[in-house]
Amino acid sequence: MKRLSLLLLGGIAVVAVAACGGGPPPQPVTPQQNVDSIAQAEKRRQDSIDAEAAAARAREEEERRRQQRIADSLAALGKTTEAVRTMLATMIHFDYDKSNIRPDDAGALDQKVGILQANANLRIRISGHCDERGSDEYNLALGNRRATAAKQYLVSHGIDAGRVETVSYGEERPLAQGHDESAWAQNRRDEFEIIAGGDALRQP
Amino acid sequence: MTPVRRLDGWTVRGCVAAALLTFYPSSRLVAQDTSAIDRGVRIGIIYRPGVRPGLVVLPGTTPALDSARAIIARDLDYSDRFELITLPGGDSIRFSGAALSSRVGRPPTGGGAAAGLNYPLYQALGADFAVGVALAGDTTVLAVHDITAGGVRREFRAVLPALKDPGFRMAVHRLADHVLEATLGTGGIAATRILFVMDGKVYVIDQDGTDRQLVSSSDHQAMSPAWAQDGRRFAYMEFWAGHGQLFIQPLGSGKRQPVVTTGQALDFTPAFSPDGKTLAFSRATEEGTDIYTVNVKDNCCLQRLTVGRFSDNLSPTYSPDGQRVAFVSTRPGLPQIYVMAADGTDQQLFAPFDYGVTGSSNAPDWSPDGQSVAFHRDVGGTLQVFVLDVRTRAVRQLTSLGRNEDPTWAPDSRHLAFVSDRSGYRQLWIIDLETGRIRPLLQQSGARLPAWSPRIPETASSTP
Repeated sequence: MKRLSLLLLGGIAVVAVAACGGGPPPQPVTPQQNVDSIAQAEKRRQDSIDAEAAAARAREEEERRRQQRIADSLAALGKTTEAVRTMLATMIHFDYDKSNIRPDDAGALDQKVGILQANANLRIRISGHCDERGSDEYNLALGNRRATAAKQYLVSHGIDAGRVETVSYGEERPLAQGHDESAWAQNRRDEFEIIAGGDALRQP
Repeated sequence: MTPVRRLDGWTVRGCVAAALLTFYPSSRLVAQDTSAIDRGVRIGIIYRPGVRPGLVVLPGTTPALDSARAIIARDLDYSDRFELITLPGGDSIRFSGAALSSRVGRPPTGGGAAAGLNYPLYQALGADFAVGVALAGDTTVLAVHDITAGGVRREFRAVLPALKDPGFRMAVHRLADHVLEATLGTGGIAATRILFVMDGKVYVIDQDGTDRQLVSSSDHQAMSPAWAQDGRRFAYMEFWAGHGQLFIQPLGSGKRQPVVTTGQALDFTPAFSPDGKTLAFSRATEEGTDIYTVNVKDNCCLQRLTVGRFSDNLSPTYSPDGQRVAFVSTRPGLPQIYVMAADGTDQQLFAPFDYGVTGSSNAPDWSPDGQSVAFHRDVGGTLQVFVLDVRTRAVRQLTSLGRNEDPTWAPDSRHLAFVSDRSGYRQLWIIDLETGRIRPLLQQSGARLPAWSPRIPETASSTP
């Protein structure tokens, strides 16, 4: 009904213009234009709703990704800590009745220097151990020298001496229970354990 | 067991033995550990004949005393000072128990014919002494007969605790020691005990291998037990969070005291001074291992005896006069036996060694008579027990079979307990240096770090 009255009004206006002017006849205003703009408006409205939904979806996606990134990075951090801990726990070994650092163990100790430098709150304890061949009580002194030798190495490479404790267990805590050179070689060792600041460790 | 002829009052068996007596140089320690033969049989051991009088433990008529008699007989055998004579036919030769009882209560006759004992018979069997055990009421009477003189030499009376009483065995051991005093005028080792470590715990056992008891049973791993000379206390070390904490514990109470100033570092190998006032020990720090003393009477006064710098000093052991301390030092490169005055001055090499040839030497223990220091030394990759003569500084290898380590002197200064794997696994053994006789102390693997007690005083015989 409304559309019909608009058409009637438009028709009256055209007649009026034609009656009082001798100029070229005006281009007829197509009623379809109005119809289209309405449709467009409708479409825009719909589009904006769609866009809104898409944006929301995108935001959700973004949030999800963000959560994933956090989770990933946490996992990565855990992996790093685990890896660093493993590196730190790598034992070094000694020759019979000797306490000098073997050249093939210097790399392992350098790695520990890096870890200690990258993690300023980290404190460790080095325990020296011996095989069963020597004297029971003398081995406490020998294990002490082995632990101290590793500490000296770390300290001489820039680690604060207060961050490294040393202990000796002599031959009292063997790793390998055998009575041959292979077992003895495994038992002549320094072990490294974290005593503080080991919750989240960074790679050197 | 057939006596051949008499020499200087003792029985000498066999003309070969007599020849040996002629040619063997007079030396305090002549035995060599040449076999792992168990008790009772002696093969390949050179011993001085003529110094071991024959002794017979008389069979009795009182079954209640059979245990006491058996313990005494074994103690006298383990003293290695007598040729123990088994009567032919075992118990078939009995002397009159009534006759013995009738004599009990009278003062020793000091010679002459004691009623009921056929002295000529025992003399013919090679006995120089006979020991009888009898009851007089609730009192046990130990009679020591002098066969040659033909009479009772001494009598000892004791009220023994009941058979099941934990003090019974030690009371009987004391009777056995009385026999040595009465016959040879020397102290025995029957009433002694040995501390050792097994599975990280401290145990004590009688010298005859019985009555083993756990004396330290904390969760912490223990090492290095050491007696005080009063025979009532001992010290030992426990691992506490990587440190070594020293404790002193009265035997039988279990109430231990941590030693003041110890436990912050690795403190180990405690050793009492003979007067019991001072405890020497080793302390391992980042500067190395050095020997310290602490006054355990007043719980004060930490003193440092050695300054090693580039060497370790450990395992102190006092001379019986308390004037000197033998210890291990790595100052020549490998650990060797050194000695110093008790205040740390005058440090010098004690047991000579060939530089670059002699192996590591460790675990010294100064004998109660002051004349010797026992230790172990690496010989060809295994450990052997050696004895240093303090006066001449001559060193003698005592063992050669298997790995032998951590010797500890008996109070008679002629027996040593040590750890050996000669039987296939590590356990405790006892050797008599004069006869070379060796016996296992206990048949159990893993026992180590033995410490032989002084003679246990009567009031300290109570058990936990």
